[in-house]
Amino acid sequence: MTYIPHSPKERDAMLNTIGLKNLDEMFDAVPAKYRFPQLDLPPALTEMEAASLLGELAGSNETARDLVSFLGAGMYNHYIPSVVDHVIRRGEFYTAYTPYQPEISQGTLQGIFEYQSLMTALTGMELSNASHYDGATAAAEAVNMAYANFRGKRRKVVISPTVHPQYRETIRTYTQGMELTLAGDDANADLQAGPEALVSLVDQDTALMIVQYPDFFGRVFDYTKVIEEAHAKGAMVCVVVNPVALAMFKTPGDMGADIVVGEGQPLGIPMWFGGPSLGFFTTRKKFVHKMAGRLVGETADSRGEKAYVLTLTAREQHIKREKATSNICSNQGLLALASAVYLSVVGKTGLRQVADLCYQKAHYAASELSKIPGVGLCFSQPFFHEFALCLGAPVAEINAHLLEHGILGGYDLGTDYPSMKDHMLIAVTEMNSKEEIDLLVEVIQEAVHA
Amino acid sequence: MREPTLFELSSPGRTGVTFPASDVPEFDLPSEELLRKELPLPELAEVDVVRHYMHLSRYNYSVDEGFYPLGSCTMKYNPKINEDTCRLPGFVFSHPLQPVETVQGNLALMFEMQEWLKEISGFEAVTLQPAAGAHGEFTGVLMMRAYHKARGDSKRNKMLIPDAAHGTNPASAGMLGMEVVTIPSDADGNVDLAALKAACDDTVVGMMLTNPNTLGLFDQHIVEVVNLVRDCGGLMYGDGANLNALLGIVRPGDLGFDVMHFNLHKTFAVPHGGGGPGSGPVGVSERLAEFLPSPLICITEEADEENPPLYGYETPKQTIGRMKAFHGHFGAIVRSYTYIAMHGPDGLKAISQYAVLNANYLKARLEKYYKVPFNRICMHEFVMEGRFEGTDIRALDIAKRLMDYKFHPPTNYFPLIVREALMIEPTETENKQTLDAFSEALIAIAGEARDNPDIIKTAPHDTPFGRMDEVKAARELVLCCWLPENYEELA
Repeated sequence: MTYIPHSPKERDAMLNTIGLKNLDEMFDAVPAKYRFPQLDLPPALTEMEAASLLGELAGSNETARDLVSFLGAGMYNHYIPSVVDHVIRRGEFYTAYTPYQPEISQGTLQGIFEYQSLMTALTGMELSNASHYDGATAAAEAVNMAYANFRGKRRKVVISPTVHPQYRETIRTYTQGMELTLAGDDANADLQAGPEALVSLVDQDTALMIVQYPDFFGRVFDYTKVIEEAHAKGAMVCVVVNPVALAMFKTPGDMGADIVVGEGQPLGIPMWFGGPSLGFFTTRKKFVHKMAGRLVGETADSRGEKAYVLTLTAREQHIKREKATSNICSNQGLLALASAVYLSVVGKTGLRQVADLCYQKAHYAASELSKIPGVGLCFSQPFFHEFALCLGAPVAEINAHLLEHGILGGYDLGTDYPSMKDHMLIAVTEMNSKEEIDLLVEVIQEAVHA
Repeated sequence: MREPTLFELSSPGRTGVTFPASDVPEFDLPSEELLRKELPLPELAEVDVVRHYMHLSRYNYSVDEGFYPLGSCTMKYNPKINEDTCRLPGFVFSHPLQPVETVQGNLALMFEMQEWLKEISGFEAVTLQPAAGAHGEFTGVLMMRAYHKARGDSKRNKMLIPDAAHGTNPASAGMLGMEVVTIPSDADGNVDLAALKAACDDTVVGMMLTNPNTLGLFDQHIVEVVNLVRDCGGLMYGDGANLNALLGIVRPGDLGFDVMHFNLHKTFAVPHGGGGPGSGPVGVSERLAEFLPSPLICITEEADEENPPLYGYETPKQTIGRMKAFHGHFGAIVRSYTYIAMHGPDGLKAISQYAVLNANYLKARLEKYYKVPFNRICMHEFVMEGRFEGTDIRALDIAKRLMDYKFHPPTNYFPLIVREALMIEPTETENKQTLDAFSEALIAIAGEARDNPDIIKTAPHDTPFGRMDEVKAARELVLCCWLPENYEELA
């Protein structure tokens, strides 16, 4: 009995207190016909055996640890300072529950309050909630919030085709009961067009316009003007951002965005095969009552000491039940903490350094790759650390070739964009050395001319 | 003493972790107007950061420190080995969009986890994608809606939900614009069959039932309840929050449930992380299987004499779509996989047996001092009233006073159908000495309620912080802090 501490004697004494003879008697309310099924599962392993089994499973993967990786598309291979995991592995943090009892949860509460502060500083917004499941669900919650803000009277959401394809899919799943029209991202949308084309779809019935920054192809646009135009039609604007890019580029807060969401994984969270990660959600003060998710606020305790509590809980499901804006119950607490540790230990200087390294190395890679005859960049706009490359050959083939040379190639854009067959999305971070980039260029050159 | 914030600790020009210089030729930055002017993040040394969080950690109560009898939350011990296995480099450094050939270890683990959860619950198919219990619920309700829609059964818009249900149940149905019909409980704490019968008609989407319910009671008419709902064409949703009572005891799929979410962070020992991340896989009966979110993990090439099977992805025929980016909370799934592998069929049954034993033992020790409504053999948790005739002591006061005895309080004021509810779930990992000490604390508090009620009303006394001014927090809405205004002058 792996983690069950009872000795047989203690068990019998407890049964005696209850007035029962054996454990099975406790289950008389369960229909006899279905009681005590024999489960067909492998027999129990000891810790030693389990460690070895899991080691084999993990060991059979080839990952960014063993390979040189240029794969991004929403999850990025960044360096995680050692201190991050040391902090979040403290049992006081990771084995605590949601801080409903603030007198004995100030560690978690102050941690989240600081996380909220760091996210508002990074995005240039006025407030942040305690987080959502990931970037995609945070974007879906932005739609819910905008819909609720107009009390369901505006029934259109305009979404850029260059928002992450899986985010757009998630939004479609979330909104299928809402009689909402999603416009702007149909399969034949012009991907060369800037945001001006998108904003022309915003009308008096539009609740929200969603754009991404940098967009899915890595491009950086100043959205200030289109946000103004959307506001002129009374619509709200949500910008999906990469938080590392915000160390370098103008903030969506400065551009006038109403909601800024994104995937916090680049801030000290491992890729972990896609999760758990961190969905951050920031907005303007005027929307605070419409926003879903937990919120930590400052207050004082009975001894006059400054302290923190979960606040505005009346918005949440356990009070409002079917009238709640969202059914969200958890947040990504421990990973919000990880990102706060990351931001505090790299600080202002370190984060800007990471952004600069990403920018410089990606531009070097793009410049070298576009020298290969027959290979070219798809877009001419400024970009951050990711760019779309036209290969003139199937991406799967090129990637198979790269893998033989120990390189994890980029994302196949043909998967989501029919017009971008033979196009690869390449991500470069501080983890990629010049030597690795040169190898990538060499092998791609070899592959496209094979 | 209060710990200053990261922003208060910051000092201009101080650095923590830095990065290597660039090794590529320099490229121009984009034009000035596209760049940000200031980055108002704190500046700290690594040791500042470590001490800050070390100080903060001391203000937290946790399962590693002590008993956490939080009803419906299943705060069991979180085995340390799980923290090691989920951090194996082969898992941590894998990217969700890698070619399947390079991540067969991950996919094999996820496939087997789907199979194990099917076997444990009696369902036909399982998705691992939902990120948390409430997310799994939303997934389930979306599938229920899609099922009726696919059959052209468009007038169904009523979701039946017992009055004892978790708040997420009506909120999930509300997210899809469904009408929530509340079904009362009867005098024995079961679903009121007459009320249920009256509500069942051809407009019912289904019923969302927690069984054992939030009183900790297994519904004595569960078969009749399921039949009533299914006979009117509805689907049965099981809230898996209370699955810790049922492992190897009964399988919801066998009882006729169509869909249920699992809370890996409750039943299968994923730590709660101060509020998350959780993980909420969903199991379904055959008639809902083709509506599952995409992708699922499947075998794309069967094993042969020389090769293991090749694992890959599949999209169910009438999928509701994707619930989040990528494949779910893989890191949590690895922890639970390790946990199930180390328990096996007998170990899983023992979890539920001892969880139920512990709850009944605590109830037996406390029922002379606190009123237990609906008092019969409970499952993994029970609810008692936190009040005493002739005093104005409330559940909240008892909860706060328990902190002085070094225990985390139980869930309070839930379920809503019990006055001054205190909902206690000990889990299987607590020993008799801990349960005895906890009982004695509650018995002592019952004594204080008569002799010294003030000490309860003003509790806690022996915690790092006193009771909070919640009104001030909601009125002032200070939700973040910044670097001080004269920050640069501090240099």
